[in-house]
Amino acid sequence: MIQADFQRTLSPYDNAANAPSRWYFRLHIDPILVGLLTVVILFGLVILRSAVDGNEALFTAQLQRFAMAYVVLIVAAQIPPHFYLRIAPVVYVVGLLLLVLVLFFGVFVKGSQRWLEIPGLFRFQPSELMKLAVPMAVAWYLQRRSLPPSFKYTAACLVIMTLPALLIGRQPDLGTSILVFGAGFSVLLLAGLSWRWVLSAGLAIGAAAPLIWQFVLEGYQRQRILTLFDPQSDPLGAGWNIIQSTTAIGSGGLLGKGLFQGSQSYLDFLPEARTDFIVAVMGEELGFVGVAFLLLMYLLIIARGLWLAAQAGSTFGRLLAGAFVLTFFVYVFVNVAMVSGILPVVGVPLPLVSYGGTSAITLMAGFGVIMSVRTHKAW
Amino acid sequence: MPAPRGATKRHNTLAPELAIKDQNREVELFVGRATTLFVLVVLMLGLLVYRLLELQLWNHDTYKSRSDDNRIRVQTLAPPRGMIFDRDGRLLADNQNASSLALVIDSVPEPTVSIGRIAALLELSDTQRSEMIARVESNRRPDAPLVVVDSLSEEQVARLAVNRHLIPGAEVVNRLVRHYPYAEIAAHAVGSVRRLSDEDLRRVDPVQYSATEFIGKRGVEAFYERALHGQVGYQKAESDALGRLRQTLDVQSPMAGKDLHLHLDIDLQRAGVAALAGRRGAVVALDPRNGGVLAMVSQPAYDPNFFVTGMSEAAFAALSTSKYVPLFNRATNGQYAPGSTFKPIVGLAGIALEATTWDTVVEDRGAFQLPGQERVYRDWSWTKDNSGGQGMVDLRRAIYRSSNVYFYDLASRLPIRDLVDFAGQFGLGRNLAVDIPSASSGLLPDPIWKQGAKGLPWFPGDSVNMGIGQGDLLATPLQMAVVAATLANRGRLVQPRMLRGIDTPLQNDAEASVPATQIAIEQITAEDWENMVASLEDVVHRGNQGFRRNGTAWAYIGQDIEYRMAGKSGTAQVVEISQGEEYDEETLSEFDRKHAWFIAFAPVENPTIALAVLVENGGGGSSVAGPVARAVLDAYMQKANTAAQQEMVVQR
Repeated sequence: MIQADFQRTLSPYDNAANAPSRWYFRLHIDPILVGLLTVVILFGLVILRSAVDGNEALFTAQLQRFAMAYVVLIVAAQIPPHFYLRIAPVVYVVGLLLLVLVLFFGVFVKGSQRWLEIPGLFRFQPSELMKLAVPMAVAWYLQRRSLPPSFKYTAACLVIMTLPALLIGRQPDLGTSILVFGAGFSVLLLAGLSWRWVLSAGLAIGAAAPLIWQFVLEGYQRQRILTLFDPQSDPLGAGWNIIQSTTAIGSGGLLGKGLFQGSQSYLDFLPEARTDFIVAVMGEELGFVGVAFLLLMYLLIIARGLWLAAQAGSTFGRLLAGAFVLTFFVYVFVNVAMVSGILPVVGVPLPLVSYGGTSAITLMAGFGVIMSVRTHKAW
Repeated sequence: MPAPRGATKRHNTLAPELAIKDQNREVELFVGRATTLFVLVVLMLGLLVYRLLELQLWNHDTYKSRSDDNRIRVQTLAPPRGMIFDRDGRLLADNQNASSLALVIDSVPEPTVSIGRIAALLELSDTQRSEMIARVESNRRPDAPLVVVDSLSEEQVARLAVNRHLIPGAEVVNRLVRHYPYAEIAAHAVGSVRRLSDEDLRRVDPVQYSATEFIGKRGVEAFYERALHGQVGYQKAESDALGRLRQTLDVQSPMAGKDLHLHLDIDLQRAGVAALAGRRGAVVALDPRNGGVLAMVSQPAYDPNFFVTGMSEAAFAALSTSKYVPLFNRATNGQYAPGSTFKPIVGLAGIALEATTWDTVVEDRGAFQLPGQERVYRDWSWTKDNSGGQGMVDLRRAIYRSSNVYFYDLASRLPIRDLVDFAGQFGLGRNLAVDIPSASSGLLPDPIWKQGAKGLPWFPGDSVNMGIGQGDLLATPLQMAVVAATLANRGRLVQPRMLRGIDTPLQNDAEASVPATQIAIEQITAEDWENMVASLEDVVHRGNQGFRRNGTAWAYIGQDIEYRMAGKSGTAQVVEISQGEEYDEETLSEFDRKHAWFIAFAPVENPTIALAVLVENGGGGSSVAGPVARAVLDAYMQKANTAAQQEMVVQR
């Protein structure tokens, strides 16, 4: 670690040394990133206000969660990156054990076993923890190795990513499984994984698609994919969500029907309007302009996040921060693509907008880490 | 990838001088990768934006209308059916509010489960349950509320309200349903509505009837369906994903059907039902001035309300298979030999065809034989020992004594074609009614008919039988009421009609309100008519002259009468009594006994009511049907007198 500390000061991209005097550096906060996040959160709260349809309790609960998420963001930013480096393998192993526990003792909610519960105290999803732990573990593993990673190291990383992904897939929670794997994979991509390998793997998966279809996917998962291509084949069952969400978005037009005026959500045609399908409410009520504004904000957050990651003083910090940013993007893309009917329905919330606490807190913790790797000089 | 392999080895040595170079290289590598991935991010977000443009701008109209289709449901509103009033403005058919349970099938995830729950919740019988299933299965509008339980009690409504969440797509709807306050009493006159069937839907305008549940099936309800139905209305309403109404956006109210005012007098109708006193039969009373049907009773009857609120299969089976056929309208469709009530027509035909005169006398010894034939045609007074007979009878006496022999003789001398043509002028053999298309036309047989139907020529004996209204001759009570009215009118034929006016308030007197199709019976002089009326008056009023000189009905109805009525009894044989045998009621089965007829009108001088009474298998016309006719006329005259007195009081 001593060498790493020494190396950092010589990095040509490191300008942290020029800015210790700025107040926000001392607070380990990046005002631009926090500002962009806050814009998205406030914008999301406006649309949630409409989506909860007068249910004040839900809205208040979400406000409290965001308050907590901000605390998590600031605390995570104060923790120096070498602490994350140190705990990364521990967190990963603990997370893996918890996932195994879930398989045996998990609580069933809506047909899948995702939650661990200590009755009366709390209940949480270990898979959510893995969204942070897997990229941390991969970054931890790669930071000591020379980059781009060799085939051997790549294979080791794939094992690190695949174990939790399989466990989560068993719950079953295909959406989170893909996201966890994707988070680890984005570390590999940022670490310089050969594009040729990526391409070959992609082609291999493409070739194996019929086998995956036949042997890996469950009946309901196949149905979801089929529905994507022909929602009208089962308009009241599997196709309902896609038909109603595309109808909601499409009927919004350029400027939308106006806030609180979305008939699709108010008349309960739109399922999961508060959670996974909230972007449909936005599309219906605020139109193309509203959704495009949100996507622009997301893009700015991604740009800022990657910029901050590039400024990090260590390989671990860069990889971790970059991976968080990319994971964040995958969230956005999968959710919006699903709701607008170009990806099958998987349970992925819209980051910082959907109702629900765990994902908001995980994400904000991630952004805390991004700011931490940028602002901590001491390594 | 050979190069990284080497680099890795060097790295593992942790040589500080190499680490510096690697660090820079790694930063460059990261920046390159991050830039590439960022471009990828921009491209993928671009894909999302493209998709949004596709949905929200290029195909906006499609999705907009799809959203509106979701949201806005156009419901058709059934028009309130026109009401039916009797001549005094009393309601014969109105609409009552009923709470019923409706399902929007589109919004019911599992209809069988829901039906099971509903049946358990409302404690429905198995028949009600199967009826509910039948209605769901034959449903034609899955997006519109379908009534599955017709009338709910208040308790059932409350239970549904409490358990509403268990039955998605179910709602309690208030609707107007047909109600017949007089139930059985006016059933055959007014008719009834039935649930609209698929077959009906092919006949009617499907748009106009899209919300209608019931259609007129019998009687006035059926004939005036078009006027009674009204025009469908529309309601644009916003409803949610469960099909529940959230708010009404636009309403075009339905136009109520027109009200009907009938000639029918419910008091008279009641009197007829009471006078029949549970016997099978019919009473038809007409206003001879315009043909208006004042009463149309057919007994036994049914409660038309059951067709609206529903009845069990067993109850319907009982109604439809009863040997007493309560669903059958005897007044318009019961066809019986008119018996002696036909005699006035034969007598007038004799006068018209100059086969007899009022002074011609025939000796009635109780039996008649055609020249050269063995068969004996008996008088009603005939006895086995040949002591019967009416003695010397002219036409007037032949009427009030109802001499068979006189009419056997007369009919045997009349050319059959001429007799048939003459009788046809009284409306026999055809349905004259203006608004009762289902009425039967009876049978006025002639040689051509007989050849066609039986393959036999017309025998002289057929004419003889026809002389006393027997043989193949058939008439309905409605037709015999027309005969009575024509006699009352001294030859002016009026068409029977139920309707007095559509949508207009009552008119004080019906006389000129409806132009009757009038056919004057030719060849008969006014004097002939008065003679015949006098003969018919004698049937009732000629008394205290000794048995063979009294009117046949006097003993039964003529002794304490306060007004002047004219009438003619008839006793129609149902089965042929063998030659030489006497009619013995005791030995005959219920349905083989004679039908009792009586036709009458009053007051004699200026008749305002003419009627026909038939008591199926009732026995003697004068003794059984006569009192029924008298009772109905009494009710009519009493009401007329009361009304006249009131009018005088008012005038003072």
